[in-house]
Amino acid sequence: MRKVAIIGVGMTKFGHHWDRDLVNLAVEAGSKSIRDANLHQKDIQALYIGTMSGGLFINQEHLGSMISDYSGFKNIPSTRVEAACASGGLALRQAYLDIKSGNSDIVVAGGVEKMTDIGSYSITKVLATASDTEREAAFGATFPGLYAMMAKLHMYKYKTTEEQLAYVSVKNHKNALYNKYAQFQKKISVDDVLNSPLIADPLKLLDASPITDGAAAVILASEKKARELCDTPVWISGSGHATDSISLHDRDDLLTLRASVAAAKQAYLQSKIQPKDIQMAEVHDCFTIAELLALEDLGFVKKGESGKFIETGQTEIGGKIPINTSGGLKAKGHPVGATGIAQVIEAVLQLRGDAGKRNTNAEIALTHNVGGSGGTSVVHILRR
Amino acid sequence: MAVPKIWRKIPEYYNLMGSKCSECGSLYFPARYVCKKCGHFDLKNHKFNGKGKIITYTIIRTPVSDPELENIEISARNIPYVLAIIKLEEGPKLTAQIVDCSLDEVAIGKKVEVVFRKILEKSRKGIIQYGYKFRLV
Amino acid sequence: MAGIVSWGSYIPKYRLKVEDIAKVWGNNAAQIKNSLMITEKSLPGIDEDTVTIAVEAARNALADTINPKDVGAVYIGSESHPYAVKPTGTIVAEALSLGNNYTTADFEFACKAGTATIQVSLGLVKSGMVNYALAGGVDTAQATPGDILEYTAAAGGAVFLIGLEKVAAEINETFSYTTDTPDFWRRQNEKYPVHSGSFTGRPAYYKHVIEATKLLMKKVQSKPEHYDYAIFHQPNGKFPLRVAKKLGFTKEQIMPGLLVNKIGNTYSGSSLLGLAAVLDIAKPGQRILLTSYGSGAGSDSFDITVTEEILKRKTKSVESYIINKKYVTYPEYLKNTGYLK
Repeated sequence: MRKVAIIGVGMTKFGHHWDRDLVNLAVEAGSKSIRDANLHQKDIQALYIGTMSGGLFINQEHLGSMISDYSGFKNIPSTRVEAACASGGLALRQAYLDIKSGNSDIVVAGGVEKMTDIGSYSITKVLATASDTEREAAFGATFPGLYAMMAKLHMYKYKTTEEQLAYVSVKNHKNALYNKYAQFQKKISVDDVLNSPLIADPLKLLDASPITDGAAAVILASEKKARELCDTPVWISGSGHATDSISLHDRDDLLTLRASVAAAKQAYLQSKIQPKDIQMAEVHDCFTIAELLALEDLGFVKKGESGKFIETGQTEIGGKIPINTSGGLKAKGHPVGATGIAQVIEAVLQLRGDAGKRNTNAEIALTHNVGGSGGTSVVHILRR
Repeated sequence: MAVPKIWRKIPEYYNLMGSKCSECGSLYFPARYVCKKCGHFDLKNHKFNGKGKIITYTIIRTPVSDPELENIEISARNIPYVLAIIKLEEGPKLTAQIVDCSLDEVAIGKKVEVVFRKILEKSRKGIIQYGYKFRLV
Repeated sequence: MAGIVSWGSYIPKYRLKVEDIAKVWGNNAAQIKNSLMITEKSLPGIDEDTVTIAVEAARNALADTINPKDVGAVYIGSESHPYAVKPTGTIVAEALSLGNNYTTADFEFACKAGTATIQVSLGLVKSGMVNYALAGGVDTAQATPGDILEYTAAAGGAVFLIGLEKVAAEINETFSYTTDTPDFWRRQNEKYPVHSGSFTGRPAYYKHVIEATKLLMKKVQSKPEHYDYAIFHQPNGKFPLRVAKKLGFTKEQIMPGLLVNKIGNTYSGSSLLGLAAVLDIAKPGQRILLTSYGSGAGSDSFDITVTEEILKRKTKSVESYIINKKYVTYPEYLKNTGYLK
């Protein structure tokens, strides 16, 4: 089967962009990625755009068509992809499959979200549509609430501590200091996290990723085109996608995201590698507990041992398995649909050696994107 | 929530009506159309008895407030409240609030029973949605 | 003989003390407690209303007695139905899985809406129109903040299963005394009721309770000493004791059914919760007199005899709800009862 590579990347700064609209953000990211690949609009054969909710956030659907037009593409096939917070990762996978199957040669995969046009109460309601709205959200469940219940059980069963959770935030903020696209470039301490206001026990404000506007895009190409056009193609050596029950309560083990385990397994199998071969990873830290669960679900540590592992410093830049060198969702920001693509961009920069002070010299990277409380997971493995 | 949707949910919300697979006996809440275990399509109504225990919980503290004041929901006025995942005696788990107790009385493993309460009240003009919550026994 | 097959009650957990209300309005708590003979009142949780209270009381009443589908009528009397149009009865019936073959409509007659539902249910059952009927009085009473009624307006209710078979308490006779008397009212779309001060005493409460009770006892040819229990509507602790004395009943007969000092006036639930509390402890052969009062105005009086069947009944007692309590502050009371929207 054909190999697929990423030959160009581009993203906007993540943050609150009061003066920019969604299409504007998407086009900035897309154009940057096309230029990074030394291409022109007319070279792009298809567009896959991941966004959680154009309808509820900005009252606009049919974004596949709209973004394609405003990007300067002419009549190309354009698909809006949705899997809640995994929309970006899934958009990448659809683009990857398009090329792998031989249907296209050069495709752009993007992700975008414009969250700040509506009030924060409404934002929470929109995000809650990633849960089972009639059996979770309707009964008072919020996303912080769902992850908080996972955290509480992890602490009960495995004696994980609030300090261990806080450490995830501290690390990710430290990493973001070197990422000019990050929403927050501010160092924080474990005490800062522990003293921040409780949102849903035990999760506090600084355990949670923020509300963000932003866009990110990558250009994928077939092996033949990649070798023609690019000196530093980054190969997608594994791609996995799986689902699990949308509601947290319907899972047998509330502390294992089976979608992540299954997606990772597919990707490892396809790449012919093991978890221990991964040299850096961008994982889905929508809340600090999510990063700990990811370490376990992706096979980096045994179930229940992520809290202790975090304390060893091995997930820092320079450690055995640096996690979220970009700052993660916590410090880089989480424009829902864009996150999955932004994770891949970080992996690409790391593999190219272009991550500046964040460089880890990794040769094999993994990205892990989750929808909702684990209803969907998309995992990619990239290498030089 | 849309009125027809609330009406459709009445057996589930008022009486914990789920389903039982007539082939393998698996129980589901809420009701399903296909048995996850054996793939059978013939599932019958099954009413759960409302007794269960707490598997995990959290205390929701974020003030979910609406500046327009029209969409104040019951939960929003009741901050902080306990949200839990409860395992019913018969097996299935669900997500619900735990009421009529102080925050420090809740613990993983405690037994609970179902009560009939207001879930949502969108505005002074809109329909009232009733449904299940739980209290400690 | 038709009567009460089983009964159920519910009182919300939350209580507000007289002292905490008096503090806010600058009243003398000791004087209030003395004149009203009340110490605290119940109030609903923020997610409770007349419907949710009626459901729990009705579920307690119906528990394991008969097949719910045999209930042919459901009537809930209240001054605080959540909807002006859309009956409490249908929601209660659905929550009890009564099926679809029943009749219902909501009742209102100030604090005696509940006893009116019992009278109508008796009629349906005795005539053979239905096998069983559920009749109840439930309220989440509201009073204007700062008004004297704020000390007593409470939440709770009781529901009774009325039938011809398996009767635990036979209703031998019922008699009403009703007039057009404007002692206490609430106009459509108004949030709080209005009352006419001391006019609510002699021409209202006392007149109707006394007339109805006297006429009932004349009809069944009974005297106060023939009864083991006497239950009257309880707007405060003083009125029922005074009217009992006027009618010739003793304190011993009154006390088991007098709950107001601990939970306040549950309006449509008031005399009925007293009845439920008495049934919780009554023995076969004992005789009960019950007279309700509803402003506007009227009283329904009942002569009831307990049967052997009562020994088979085991329901969650009124006492268990009274002692299961949690005190709240005045601001919490305002939040729970919807004053602070």
